Amino acid sequence: MEDVQERARETAVSRVPSSALAEPDGPPKLYRHRAGRAVAGVSAGLADHLGVRVIWVRATFAVLAAFGGAGLLAYGLLWVFVPQRSGEDASQPSSPKERQQAIGLLVLGIGLAVGGSTITGVISGWVAVPLAVALVGAAVVWREADESQRRRWRTGARSGVAGVVLGGGGWSAAVRILAGVALVVTGIGVMVIRSGSFDQVQFALIAVFATLVGVAVLTVPFWLRMVRDLGEERRARIRTEERAEIAAHLHDSVLQTLALIQKQAEAPKEVARLARGQERELRGWLYGPSGYGGKEITDGGGQLSAAIAAVCGEVEDSFAISVSQVVVGDAELDEPLTALVQAAREAMVNAAKHADVEEVSVYAEVEPTAVTVFVRDRGKGFDPDTVSGDRHGLADSIRGRMERNGGTVRLRTAPGDGTEVQLAMPIKTGSAA
Amino acid sequence: MSETPVTVFLVDDHALFHAGVRTELDSITDEVRVVGEAGSVAESVAGIVRTKPQVVLLDVHMPDGGGAEVLRRLRPELPDVVFLALSVSDAAEDVIAVIRAGARGYVTKTISSKELVRAITRVADGDAVFSPRLAGFVLDAFADRPGSAPISDPELDLLTPRERDVLRLLARGYAYKEIASELFISVKTVETHVSSVLRKTQLSNRYELSRWASDRRLV
Repeated sequence: MEDVQERARETAVSRVPSSALAEPDGPPKLYRHRAGRAVAGVSAGLADHLGVRVIWVRATFAVLAAFGGAGLLAYGLLWVFVPQRSGEDASQPSSPKERQQAIGLLVLGIGLAVGGSTITGVISGWVAVPLAVALVGAAVVWREADESQRRRWRTGARSGVAGVVLGGGGWSAAVRILAGVALVVTGIGVMVIRSGSFDQVQFALIAVFATLVGVAVLTVPFWLRMVRDLGEERRARIRTEERAEIAAHLHDSVLQTLALIQKQAEAPKEVARLARGQERELRGWLYGPSGYGGKEITDGGGQLSAAIAAVCGEVEDSFAISVSQVVVGDAELDEPLTALVQAAREAMVNAAKHADVEEVSVYAEVEPTAVTVFVRDRGKGFDPDTVSGDRHGLADSIRGRMERNGGTVRLRTAPGDGTEVQLAMPIKTGSAA
Repeated sequence: MSETPVTVFLVDDHALFHAGVRTELDSITDEVRVVGEAGSVAESVAGIVRTKPQVVLLDVHMPDGGGAEVLRRLRPELPDVVFLALSVSDAAEDVIAVIRAGARGYVTKTISSKELVRAITRVADGDAVFSPRLAGFVLDAFADRPGSAPISDPELDLLTPRERDVLRLLARGYAYKEIASELFISVKTVETHVSSVLRKTQLSNRYELSRWASDRRLV
């Protein structure tokens, strides 16, 4: 019985609409919307929150603006205190018609505010104009701040004062901010100058300046703490990301391979092949130049050592043998060296196919004048004179390739004594690294 | 080779691994006898001082400082104990670190048990053991690159051409015996060359090695 009830409760929980699940703490919070905004998205957000059409909200603000600018004030306060929605908005962007309506209501609201206050005499007309200028300036700066916050969400956190202010917006952002600041300063300046003598203005400016300095000094500890908290948060996030990357990599590679190995426990050859391939990949990731340990050195995409490691890996994988490679020195890959690597690969393939061995040694050395590669196995070996003429591997793929590029091939083999193929390719002095 | 078994101490923080090595060493040969094992630096220092083995098989990577740390603590006290590094890592910095700290050889964990026994008895007899990879690293360290500055210090021992030949063949995967027949010298001479390379790596060429390491941003 209890069990049934429990299950019933579970179904009830799972039926809660997803929109409510997205906001776990009580009623949905009020957010400003980006899509469908005219100024800052306050009206759109409020309309969404209250479940009414956005035009009514805007009209209300416009009407309220007539009463001593109360609508404007309310709008401004909501702008400051309501957060904008992070991530992408679910709501539809507004149609052009809706946008026109919004702008019309905006102009109407400002007009009503100015007209209303002039008529009622709360603010004289002379003050209303500079006040409006200052308000427009402030609106421009705030909008830019919203934008920069957006950009930060998109691109991740940014460090530095310039990054905080501009938010990666570049010159246009700076111009917008400066224009807004200029408007605010002009508005306030006009207002102050009109209302008093120049001496008073000077005194007021000094007083304001002194107050600002005092506030700045007093709040230094808070600023420092904020910066430190930000840094701490950044570090924590970087650590989390690092962990996630390592976990993801281990999951994609090691754990998968281990699972495969468990499944194929009866096929030792396959197990060995999987383990070898995984070992090589993990080693490359941990110690290799392009792996986890050394991300700085990624530009050397065409290095001889990397190319040799790659072909050794291919041969290991396709023939289920192990290739132990030792590379001394390194050089930029060019056409002859690429041919050398391909010839070496062919030699490894020959060893894997014919020598009947578990292991092949590859040794490459970059000397000032030449690159030499030795491919050696301890397998059956053969008599070079008895190889029939229809076998092309050594003749074409190795000897032909090397000689076309100016290199030489030497072969040491005897039945029962293993085989060593020595490949030498001259290099231009100075290209060795 | 001596008649009495070579006493060996295993240092490795992977219980599974040293259990495996111990079983294999005990089962395949009478030449080697495991006298103890440890999984951390402190434990191994205490264990090695107590058991006084001839050879220590040393893991390079351990939580509290690794094989190089064990070497640093024990080398001055027990100059007769021979250390052979046995590691899964074949990163150049690990290899060079234990060799410079005084290990007499370096083999990777993919080595076969028979090879491992041979390596142990060889270092116990006073020779050095190089894996092809280690030979490659040393050659790399001593390579006269086109860009590198000429070495002005006359005291600085460079590898002799003969030692270089020996190392090259080692890196090519030759066994000591094969190197001897290739160069028409005795196996003993090969071992002497290899030992002197190791001595140079440890002692004389700090200058070379530190430059090599700083070239690669290892230090």
